[in-house]
Amino acid sequence: MSPPLLGVEEGQSNVSSPAVDCIPETGLGMKEWNYLGVSDFSSVDSSDVMSLSEDNKSNLNLKATELRLGLPGSQSPERVTELRLLSSGKVDEKTLFPLLPSKDGICLSSQKSVVTGNKRGFSDTMDGFSEVKSTMYTEKNWMFHGAGSDSQSPQPPSHGKYSVAQASVKKDGPANAIQDRPCATNGTNLNRTGISNNSSNAPAAKAQVVGWPPVRSFRTKTLATSSKNNDEVDGKPGPTALFVKVCMAGAPYLRKVDLRVYSTYQELSSALEKMFSCFTLGQCGAHGTPGKEILSESKLKDLLHGSEYVITYEDKDGDWMLVGDVPWEMFIETCKRLKIMKSTDAIGLAPRAMEKSKKDCCT
Amino acid sequence: MFWGSRKTIDMNYFPDEVLEHVFDFITSHKDRNSVSLVCKSWYKIEKYSRQRVFLGNCYSISPERLIARFPGLKSLILKGKPHFADFNLVPDDWGGFLYPWIKAMAKSRIGLEELRLKRMVVSDESLELLSESFPNFKSLVLVSCEGFTTDGLAAIAANCRFLRELDLQENEVEDHRGYWLSCFPGSCTSLVSLNFACLKGEINLASLERLVARSPNLKSLRLNRAVPFDTLQRLLIRAPQLVDLGTGSYIHDPSSEAYNKLKAAIQNCNSIRSLSGFLEVAPCCMPAIYPICENLTFLNLSYAAGLQSNELTRLIHHCRKLQRLWILDCIGDKGLGVVASTCKELQELRVFPSDPFDAGNAAVTEEGLVLVSEGCPKLNSLLYFCQQMTNAALITVAKNCTNFIRFRLCILDPIKPDPVTNQPLDEGFGAIVRSCKGLKRLSLSGLLTDQVFYYIGMYAKKLEMLSIAFAGNSDKGMLYVLNGCKKLRKLEIRDCPFGDTALLEDMGKYETMRSLWMSTCEVTLGACKVLAKKMPSLNVEIINESEQTEFNLDDRQKVDKMYLYRTLVGHRKDAPEFVWLL
Repeated sequence: MSPPLLGVEEGQSNVSSPAVDCIPETGLGMKEWNYLGVSDFSSVDSSDVMSLSEDNKSNLNLKATELRLGLPGSQSPERVTELRLLSSGKVDEKTLFPLLPSKDGICLSSQKSVVTGNKRGFSDTMDGFSEVKSTMYTEKNWMFHGAGSDSQSPQPPSHGKYSVAQASVKKDGPANAIQDRPCATNGTNLNRTGISNNSSNAPAAKAQVVGWPPVRSFRTKTLATSSKNNDEVDGKPGPTALFVKVCMAGAPYLRKVDLRVYSTYQELSSALEKMFSCFTLGQCGAHGTPGKEILSESKLKDLLHGSEYVITYEDKDGDWMLVGDVPWEMFIETCKRLKIMKSTDAIGLAPRAMEKSKKDCCT
Repeated sequence: MFWGSRKTIDMNYFPDEVLEHVFDFITSHKDRNSVSLVCKSWYKIEKYSRQRVFLGNCYSISPERLIARFPGLKSLILKGKPHFADFNLVPDDWGGFLYPWIKAMAKSRIGLEELRLKRMVVSDESLELLSESFPNFKSLVLVSCEGFTTDGLAAIAANCRFLRELDLQENEVEDHRGYWLSCFPGSCTSLVSLNFACLKGEINLASLERLVARSPNLKSLRLNRAVPFDTLQRLLIRAPQLVDLGTGSYIHDPSSEAYNKLKAAIQNCNSIRSLSGFLEVAPCCMPAIYPICENLTFLNLSYAAGLQSNELTRLIHHCRKLQRLWILDCIGDKGLGVVASTCKELQELRVFPSDPFDAGNAAVTEEGLVLVSEGCPKLNSLLYFCQQMTNAALITVAKNCTNFIRFRLCILDPIKPDPVTNQPLDEGFGAIVRSCKGLKRLSLSGLLTDQVFYYIGMYAKKLEMLSIAFAGNSDKGMLYVLNGCKKLRKLEIRDCPFGDTALLEDMGKYETMRSLWMSTCEVTLGACKVLAKKMPSLNVEIINESEQTEFNLDDRQKVDKMYLYRTLVGHRKDAPEFVWLL
């Protein structure tokens, strides 16, 4: 075998130490570094970061359910300024590749919140570091060791460590703006990534790097749907949560519910009632029956007249249907999102729901 | 030659028709390109007799120029977006539109018969125009394309009277449900290949059955998820001559009449050599297909998430003649051991991750790969997503299988070192390139330093395509590759510390390549500008997804995504706002 690369040695002697030393563990936790050795926090108050990360934890908090362009948990409005596009004054151009003797404290943060938008550095997929990994890297001078991170997100330890030199933290665009067109592009990109990652509405906890692993998005989407279906076929419970957005006419924000948590329409309706406490769902209770019976027109009308609001859902085909028509299992398989609308608005649904169920019965 | 010391015969004394006839036997694109360079008359003859053209990058030439160059064009292969577009690294609307090509060919009355597209944006409008403009159109193959709906397919079905092949592979199609299939007229009996597995929506089952019944030449049929088990059974009865089958939904009660009928029907299908589908599958129904397994040469279970390892291995036990296997990693290392001991003819193996984003659970490791390399010496093509890899394993694989043409390894944790020795994987990949002298395509992953590129530059002399992610330490890495790999055509790099020095060192090199992609590297805008200025035969494109306009940027700032490619026609006219053409 050839001798180790000379370049490595040269690099070691030439590269100067980073301008800013990493902050060792403080109450803040670790700082995020990209492989230029510049802290991403240079322009962000660290306390902001902490609060952002706290927000990430709860699945149903407002921030997480805000409509935004990005993967669940991403922080599009508060993006840290794109490092690359900063005026060069802020960037320490001295390269910092992992050829330095590892200094203590050059560590990687596991805070997801630092990474914004659609691009995430590896650091935010990191969780606990094993001690073995820590020591090996110091020997080789390849990597920086991080002390075990205080795992702030519930995701499973997955991707392990990354060399700071090789990971890069992406930040997009100027802060405080949801850009329109380029962002729309981003958004599309994100949504596609989001879909490919989360098409089964898996918990937001799994953070990913865009485009990794290199699996065609078509495949990821298809597999996600398939495994969901197959699990039901086998009678096994679905392994992942099934989050769908819930919007209510007139409400300023959306919520998300995990449909797998419920097993009947009654449970769902009570949960929604608690969430949006200003409506009633009398009709759902009457209806959780296995759907062999054909819905009679009069029955539907009765239901709708009985309350001010109804729950509707968008199914796989893009049609809006009244909740409660089909067996629960079929419902959670086809439901893409929920909408709570005034019963007067929902009258138009009834005939379609009728027709659709008639059609389904006839095939 | 065997006429001894006589002068060689001057082929120019032959009339054109003879030369043309000789050229008919020259089918490879490369050879035909060479033929056209010999002299003017050969150029002319080759030009008019050329029917098949392959364009690896649709922006390397314009439709008009292509048509002028090869007026006899009948069969066209076009590729659009860069490969990394498959992984969401390229924004929508980047480009790769089919319409201008169809429009130009229609206008020039090209007698197009075959069109094969990859990663292009195909609108319904272009499909409609296609279906109306080329009366002899026979074959449409769309791979990883998008932008069309089933309405476009309806136009193809309705208007292409001699359609033989409609093959849709992994496209994003907006499904307007079912009726397109009914648009095949009753007079259409020419179908040889029909693949609509990627469609998500309902299909008119009765139309499908009638279509299959009136297509005696049908050899390849791949159904989508919406085609249920009993329809499959009826289709197989009508088409026992099938060579390639992709099932739709494969779920039924094994004690039912329909299941028994399917079993009987399948046993009649003794020509089936290729099997795929199973997007929805009940494992208890798999035994019905065991009878055809012994003749299978291609088995694609990479979408069969419903099959567990034991079911997979039970199936594979029957597949002794398998040459190509695409499977999910839930087969596990042990399952791969079964593959190794059963499939002695195996040439191609693809192991896909069943849960790509949960690296901790990937079910295959280096052990499975080593087992396959030991059991399947003919292995020449590999795509392997795994939990981890060791140098020792790669060295063993390199020793066992020297015939690799394609070696694509994806360790789900992209900078993971050898877990046993904690070393980078340089030596392992080095062994692969040293041992596999015919290697044409390589994808790297795991912890890698400049050293692996040193090896690649030194040994991978036939390498044509290289994919790099999160690897290397310095510009040296990229330079080793650019200097050493003489046959390199496509280089795609993401998240590596390669910068301006590497980019600009040998600018002429890019004229010998089809394209270079670099994203999240160290390349600055200034360097890209320099390159664009010095090399007018290259298009250097920057994809900029932030709000900043070109004028705000400092040349010292790093570009996030750069894609450059050689071209005969300069800047493309259809680039969106976020793509800057330098």
